[in-house]
Amino acid sequence: MAENWLIKDGRIIDPKNGIDRQGDLLVLEGRIAAEGTPVPASARVVDASGCWVVPGLVDMHVHLREPGEEYKEDILSGTRAAAAGGFTAVVCMPNTRPVNDCRAVTEMILERARQGSARVYPVAAISQGSRGERLAEFGELKKAGAVGVSDDGLPVRDSQLMRRAMEYAGDFGLTVISHCEEPSLATGVMNEGEVATRLGLKGIPAAAESIMVYRDIALAEQTGRKVHIAHVSTAMSVELIRSARARGVRVSAETTPHYFTLTDEAVEGYNTLAKMNPPLRTEADRQAIRQALADGTFDAIATDHAPHSVLEKEVEFDLAANGIIGLETSLPLALALVREGLIDPRRLVELMSTGPAAVLGLSAGSLAAGAAADITVIDPEAIFTYTEDQVVSRSRNSPFLGWRLQGRAVLTMVDGRVTFSRLET
Amino acid sequence: MATGYFFPHRHILGIDHLSAEDIEHILTIAESFKEISARPIKKVPTLRGNTIINLFFEPSTRTRLSFEVAAKRMSADTFNISASTSSATKGETLIDTARNITAMRPDIIIIRHAYSGAPHMLTRYVDAAIINAGDGTHEHPSQGLLDMMTVREHKGRLEGLKIAIIGDIMHSRVAHSNILGFTRMGSRVHVFGPATLLPPGLDRLGATVCTSLEEAVRDADVVMTLRIQKERQNDPLLPSFREYAREYGVTREVVALARPDALVMHPGPVNRGIELMPDVADGPRSVILDQVTNGVAVRMALLYLVTGNT
Repeated sequence: MAENWLIKDGRIIDPKNGIDRQGDLLVLEGRIAAEGTPVPASARVVDASGCWVVPGLVDMHVHLREPGEEYKEDILSGTRAAAAGGFTAVVCMPNTRPVNDCRAVTEMILERARQGSARVYPVAAISQGSRGERLAEFGELKKAGAVGVSDDGLPVRDSQLMRRAMEYAGDFGLTVISHCEEPSLATGVMNEGEVATRLGLKGIPAAAESIMVYRDIALAEQTGRKVHIAHVSTAMSVELIRSARARGVRVSAETTPHYFTLTDEAVEGYNTLAKMNPPLRTEADRQAIRQALADGTFDAIATDHAPHSVLEKEVEFDLAANGIIGLETSLPLALALVREGLIDPRRLVELMSTGPAAVLGLSAGSLAAGAAADITVIDPEAIFTYTEDQVVSRSRNSPFLGWRLQGRAVLTMVDGRVTFSRLET
Repeated sequence: MATGYFFPHRHILGIDHLSAEDIEHILTIAESFKEISARPIKKVPTLRGNTIINLFFEPSTRTRLSFEVAAKRMSADTFNISASTSSATKGETLIDTARNITAMRPDIIIIRHAYSGAPHMLTRYVDAAIINAGDGTHEHPSQGLLDMMTVREHKGRLEGLKIAIIGDIMHSRVAHSNILGFTRMGSRVHVFGPATLLPPGLDRLGATVCTSLEEAVRDADVVMTLRIQKERQNDPLLPSFREYAREYGVTREVVALARPDALVMHPGPVNRGIELMPDVADGPRSVILDQVTNGVAVRMALLYLVTGNT
């Protein structure tokens, strides 16, 4: 049973409805109440002074590892990490074991998520088994609850398959999400460049990504369908997406906190916590990504939350698995962009809530009267050091351990139910 | 050596970590040790009671033997482990192996491994001093040091020399150590090879990347060639050895472009007739066997220094 809440004296930021005001937000029976609604005596009061009150954050790219790799993460632990990071909804990728390419897996994920601490929206596979050969049954997957399709982690090599996926997915209102890498070029373990040469590690050239980004833009343009480019890491990809959008191609895009925060220098010392795919790039790429966050080229900041245990990470760099956890550090790292003056708080909410919701057609990202009370209260000033004992995710593979961060979620609620709180209420 | 200098490194992971002063110190000690190998009784008691483990995850003849000879001439007890990396699909194998070895309290572990950074990882799990005997395509510091020792022995200095390194720079850990080392000692390193084998950023490491063999070799004091491999992991690097030999091979005519007293070097094993012609490899300017001799002295110096001597 949802409680009633009065979130008092916060800065309410809701770009979708053009709201940025200081004041109170009332939650009645799990929904946002209209301004001026009388506050019932039963309402519990949250003191949000000094805080921002925003529509619940949405992470459109996470790996929850269930079914199949529950030793890394499961739906319960992953959604707990999401709630702790201020997220009320996560979109989970289909590279589980088995791959989410059928109704049974999609339904199993949604069933497990009912006990979770955040809404879970599954993305199903583009191809059966993500083998890149035959299309999965998008109609059935859509009915089961999938919100998009992707062979994330495995680029779709076959251009004809990708074209058909875009065409067919459109029939069901599903967005194709593309992991862009040309596989014959992406055979290395980190960004190709000076650092890779110095460390003696095989490089992945930036062109491996941009070639595939352009292919998918060309296919979206050809078919008139939508495509969403996942985890963009290079300046050239940004340029391609920007110009495609300018001529009306239906391409959307996300980047991650690690691409706007780190460069390939982080690999120094063979740090497997800085190994991900696509790899961390150069400072010039990082600056281009940051610029694109500010100018509207990106729709979303997503984490690509990719839990791995020490079995996959405490190994030789060449053998280490790709990916890092990100749910608990995404908001503080994005808030750094606000403090640096690159984006304003309204744009931050767009990138972390409204934007991803719009790409996938999720009913999130709004504090309008009557909307489900998915709310994140953010203390933008709180300073903390992110240490291993604070990690909520089952895995601890973060390159940001030991970082002094500023700003974080202090209260997260879904349907008016508190999923995470640092406040005394 | 300046008074007050002490060798600051517990491990030898790469030339990149060594200052010019460190390199100078290592070479000076190696030069003083070289005489031991010329004695009728080639043994000193310096490392008596030390346990040294050669942990080789890649096949090696000369480097492993060189380290073993160096250790035995200093009276250390040496043990060789040849492990296969093929079974090591997960790195626990390396960490587990290292921890087991550590439990036997070795003083030094000398490691060769197919993956760059494996020696660095080892330092986090073991107490022993680690010497990198070649890791992936990263570094081969003892080879770099013995090359510098050999050049200095013949030329009397390193500063101001032009060192030409020809061939597969991308996959050569020897090239990486030599670019860093010679540059740090004031030599001018010029590199050349097929564009497919020249990685980005060599200029940032201090090398001059040349656009022709002639440009690299002209007036060089040292011409160093590297072992070539035709392809690696489905990466079409070169069409054929035949074409490589013709376009990039170091012949007598190529060496004639260098200074008259130029040295010809190769870290071995040589593909004769491909990257280096037999008459050059065995010719009067070749110091390839001096490199091998000096390898023992350099490795004696490294063993001496990582056990806390100065």
